[in-house]
Amino acid sequence: MAREAYISGIGMSEVGVRLTRSAMGLTMDAIRAAVADAGLTLAQIDGVSTYPGKMQTFLGFSPISADDVIESCGLKTRWHSGAAEATAQLGAIADAAAAVRSGYARHVICFRTVYEAAALARPDEYPPLERRKDVTGNSQWVSPFGAFSAACWTAQFAMRHMKRYGLTREQLAMVAINDHANAARNPQAIVKVPLSLDTYMAARMISSPFCLYDCDRFTDASTVVIVSAGDALDEVRATPIRIAASAGSVERYSWDQAEWASAYATGRDLWKNTDYRAKDVDTVQFYDGFAFQPITWLEGLGFCDVGEGGRFIEGGSRIALDGELPMNTGGGQLGWGRLHGFGFAYESVVQLRGQGGARQIAGEPRLAVATSGGGPMAAALLLARD
Amino acid sequence: MAWQRSRIRLDKDNRAFWTGGAEGKLNIHRCGDCGGFTHPPREFCRHCQSEAVTPFAVAGTGVIDTYTINYQAWAADMEVPFVIARVKLDDAPGVYLTTNIVNCPVDAVDIDDAVKVLFEEQDGIWYPLFEKAS
Repeated sequence: MAREAYISGIGMSEVGVRLTRSAMGLTMDAIRAAVADAGLTLAQIDGVSTYPGKMQTFLGFSPISADDVIESCGLKTRWHSGAAEATAQLGAIADAAAAVRSGYARHVICFRTVYEAAALARPDEYPPLERRKDVTGNSQWVSPFGAFSAACWTAQFAMRHMKRYGLTREQLAMVAINDHANAARNPQAIVKVPLSLDTYMAARMISSPFCLYDCDRFTDASTVVIVSAGDALDEVRATPIRIAASAGSVERYSWDQAEWASAYATGRDLWKNTDYRAKDVDTVQFYDGFAFQPITWLEGLGFCDVGEGGRFIEGGSRIALDGELPMNTGGGQLGWGRLHGFGFAYESVVQLRGQGGARQIAGEPRLAVATSGGGPMAAALLLARD
Repeated sequence: MAWQRSRIRLDKDNRAFWTGGAEGKLNIHRCGDCGGFTHPPREFCRHCQSEAVTPFAVAGTGVIDTYTINYQAWAADMEVPFVIARVKLDDAPGVYLTTNIVNCPVDAVDIDDAVKVLFEEQDGIWYPLFEKAS
């Protein structure tokens, strides 16, 4: 019988801005929480997975490597991965699932530690990414034209959607408004109060069509998910959530050469290795570093036709906690914080376990989709409570 | 936009693109075997893997595939707002260039507008910018 892969434990550090706790401290806090949640000990961990590993040129973005965790925890791993050339954030969890299914490891710590707010406040320790001098690699094709931020790259895809399919700002606003409403019910989230459409429409613009509320903000946090093999579950005490399917793609690393967001290719691929279909899904946790991204996931995964994503979320009722497809129930990255992808796997597990408290969706959800990436990078996980 | 644009590290692959403007040329790597264009420029043709890849001066005309009006000053000396656009080149299928649309108000730009290249030189780099073709 084929071995399955499960999420056996989840943990998260304090989430905030300009935290004084060290990046390794936040990581250890999340690891301890996840290992305890699973009912395991560090001695039982034999794998580590992360994306993108330690980035020396951009430490605030990713200060902790797989090796930092292996060394700090005194682990003896049989499998590990911390690559930047991979299918991005949730790809690290998908890859760990493939490893445990293949018998390379039994229990894998998957982590994502972000430290961009603290880094901005402490530039001597955390020099910012150099964008002005001696620029090389893919940055050279966008930085000289002032397109420093992924906000500018993603905004262009959104503008094209507005022209081709009639997406409006009032429709786009529903992503942030839904996120803020749910974050207000989540004690771990940075956002504490709901957002009104009036406030959204009056907000300053960042890069059209994105206003301030359409863009996530630098956050300090670490999120950990433990991926365990199906034949190691006797060692686990929490309700295991099965990784029923996964998919990921990178169309082009040079974002501006991509035809379209990889959410479309990955959204189709997710359904190829499972009998589940979009209609079976109870809740979706969609990457929303920028508010346009969930629209591409709704369309790419087949919850609506291509071009209909704006109309699907119009008014916000379909994606609300009591709607037909509750989305980003913990607040997403716009409301919870820029956890950089792992928050969507974490919240999927919270909802499927029925542990959402004030934000728990009704009806005992059994199936969730979590996604990450942006533009031409995408990864998706189908998570099932059996 | 009078700001100091990012200074590029020139190498054997990108030099023709970033300095072609000295002769008024917009150079895109083209394959001598299959005729396909490879951008960003590299040693091997991404279509047929031939090494017979050399810079080719395209016409410099294209259309706006999409754009955004950037309002945020990402650097202290950046004057905002300005337009960032992705231009589809007329004679280089599959190649897009990120650029700025200049010499018109920011709200005068639209998808499918015909554009043509012009160059702005700073410190030996010729940055390809685009303006609306009349």
